[in-house]
Amino acid sequence: MEMRKSYVNRLAQLMRQNDKIFVLDSDLASAGGTKPLYAEFPDRCIDVGIAEANMTCIAAGLAAEGFIPFIHSFAPFSARRAFDQIAVSVCYSEQNVKIIGFDPGITATTNGGTHMSFEDVAAMRALCNVAVLDIVDDVQIAKALPDIVNYNGPMYIRFMRKQTERVFDEDYEFTFGKADKLFDGDDITIVASGMSLIDARAAAAALRERGVSVDLLGIHTVKPLDEQAIIDSARKTGRVLTVENHSIHGGLYSAVCEVLSAQCPTLCDAVAVRDKITQVGSLDALKRDYGLSADDIIARAEGLLAKRRV
Amino acid sequence: MDIVQFSKEIRRQTLRCIHSQGSGHVGGSLSIVDLLAVLYSKHMRVDPSEPRKAGRDKLVLSKGHAGPALYATLALKGFFPLEWLDTLNKLGTRLPSHVNINLTPGVDMTAGSLGQGLSCACGLALANKAKGYDATVYVITGDGELQEGQNWEGAMFAANKKLDNIIVFVDCNRMQIDGYTADIMNVENIQAKFEAFGFATQRVNGHDFDALDKAICIAKSQKGVAHCIVMDTVKGKGVSFYETMGLGVHSTAVTDEQYKLALEELE
Repeated sequence: MEMRKSYVNRLAQLMRQNDKIFVLDSDLASAGGTKPLYAEFPDRCIDVGIAEANMTCIAAGLAAEGFIPFIHSFAPFSARRAFDQIAVSVCYSEQNVKIIGFDPGITATTNGGTHMSFEDVAAMRALCNVAVLDIVDDVQIAKALPDIVNYNGPMYIRFMRKQTERVFDEDYEFTFGKADKLFDGDDITIVASGMSLIDARAAAAALRERGVSVDLLGIHTVKPLDEQAIIDSARKTGRVLTVENHSIHGGLYSAVCEVLSAQCPTLCDAVAVRDKITQVGSLDALKRDYGLSADDIIARAEGLLAKRRV
Repeated sequence: MDIVQFSKEIRRQTLRCIHSQGSGHVGGSLSIVDLLAVLYSKHMRVDPSEPRKAGRDKLVLSKGHAGPALYATLALKGFFPLEWLDTLNKLGTRLPSHVNINLTPGVDMTAGSLGQGLSCACGLALANKAKGYDATVYVITGDGELQEGQNWEGAMFAANKKLDNIIVFVDCNRMQIDGYTADIMNVENIQAKFEAFGFATQRVNGHDFDALDKAICIAKSQKGVAHCIVMDTVKGKGVSFYETMGLGVHSTAVTDEQYKLALEELE
C-alpha cells in the first residue's frame, strides 16, 4: 500500500477515537493524501493555503488549548522553511505539535533539488526535546501512529508518500525509541533509518551470501536514539556502518557517533549524502548518484571490514 | 483604582521591572500601557487565582519584548507577587525579557521572534470555536513588526476563517530599532492593508482610555469578521524624558536617577 494511504487510513481511525486530533495542510492535502479526511472531519481539517510558517504557529495555538495538531508538507517546507516557527512557537513553547515531512531526501525524486531535504533530521534533532522519526514502510507508519498520537510533545516524522518495498509484516510491533533487530550477526553492525533500511536489508542479505555475518538494526526513532541497542551491537561486532537518506552531517551517523564515541569507541563509517548538491532524477538513479544503493552499502561495509578494529 | 491611576501604576511597576535590570525595552513597553490598562480593567475575562482557566480571554503579546509592561499589569492584577518584577532577566526568573507561556502566570503565548503572534492567535481562536468558548483572543503587534511577512499570512487566515473572536491591536509608535518606521520600511496605510485582507478596522489614539474602550466594544459587537484596531501611540509614553528621547528609547537605561524622576512624574 502507498505509505500516505496507510498513514491516512490509520489517522482516520484514530481521529474517530480521539476528537483532539486536528489535521492541517498547506496546499498539499491532495499530494499528501489527507484530502479524504476533510469530508469525514470537516471541523478538524484545515487547509491554510501555501503558508507553512502560518500553519506551524496555528498548530501551536491549537496545541496550547490541548488539541493535537498534525501539520503536513513536503519535508523541506515543513521542517526547513518553518524552522524558526518550530523552534520558537512549538519547541521553546513546548507545544504538542506533530510535524509531518513527506518525501524526505532523494524520495523527492522528480520534484528535484528545491524539494529535497538532506538536513531536516539534523535541524529537528538539534532542537530541544523534539522527537524525530524516520519511517520505512506502510506497516511501520500505521503501527507507529498510536504512539505518535500518545506522545506528549513536539515530534517530526519523515516518510515517503508512495509505495515502497515492505520491510515489516502485519505482526510487526512498533515501540517508540526502540531499534528493530532485523538480522543477528557478529562481523559488522549496520544501522539504517527510514527508507534506507530497505537497501540495508538487501545489502545485509548479500553480505551474508558472501559469508559476512551482519547485525542489522532498523532505526525509526532517530531521537531519542536507542543507545543501548547500538552500544550492545557495537561491542559485539566492533564495526558500525550507518545508512541514511540524509546528509552525513547531523543525522543518523552523527547520532550514532555521539553515542559510541562517548560510551564505546568503535570503528564507524557512513552511507549518507556527502556535501553533494540536491538534484532531480528517478529514485534508483538518485540512489546510485548519491551512493545510497545496496551496492554502495556493500562496498562501504567491505571497506570497513578491511580496516583494523579500534 | 480608577483607570488613570491604574495606568500610572502599570508604568511605575514597568519601570521598576526594567530598573531592576538597569536597562531594557522601555519605549515599546510604555507605549502599550494604556491599552493594557483598558484591557485588564474592563475587558479581559481572566482569573488571577486560576491563570489557565478554561474559556478565558487570552492575550498574545506578539511584540514579546514589551514583556515588562505585561508583567507589571499581571502583577498588579494579582497573578503573581509584585516582588517578581525585580527578577527580570535574572537566571532562573519567571519573567524573561520576551514573554513565555510556560514561565509566567497570565502569559497566554510565547513571543519574541516577531511576526508569529497573529498566527498563534488564529490557532487559539480556532480552538475557542471548536470548544464553543465565547472568549476573545487579543493580539498586540508593533507597527515595525508588520514588516514580518508572516503577519499577512495570519491576517489572510483570520479574515478567511471569519475569526470574529480575534482583535488585533497595532501599536503604531512609528519607531523601530534602526530608525523611524516610515524611513526604514513604511508599513502604512495599516488600516487599509488590514481592510484589504478582510478585517473590520478602526484607528484610535492609543492613549485615550475612552476611545480604546469604545473601539473594543464596537469590535466585540461586530460578528462574522476579524478585527484590527490601529493605535497611534508614543514610544516611551508617560515619562517626559523617554517621550522625547527619540529612537534610543527602544532599548535604554533606567538609571537610579531616571527611575526616581520617572516615579515623580507618575505620582
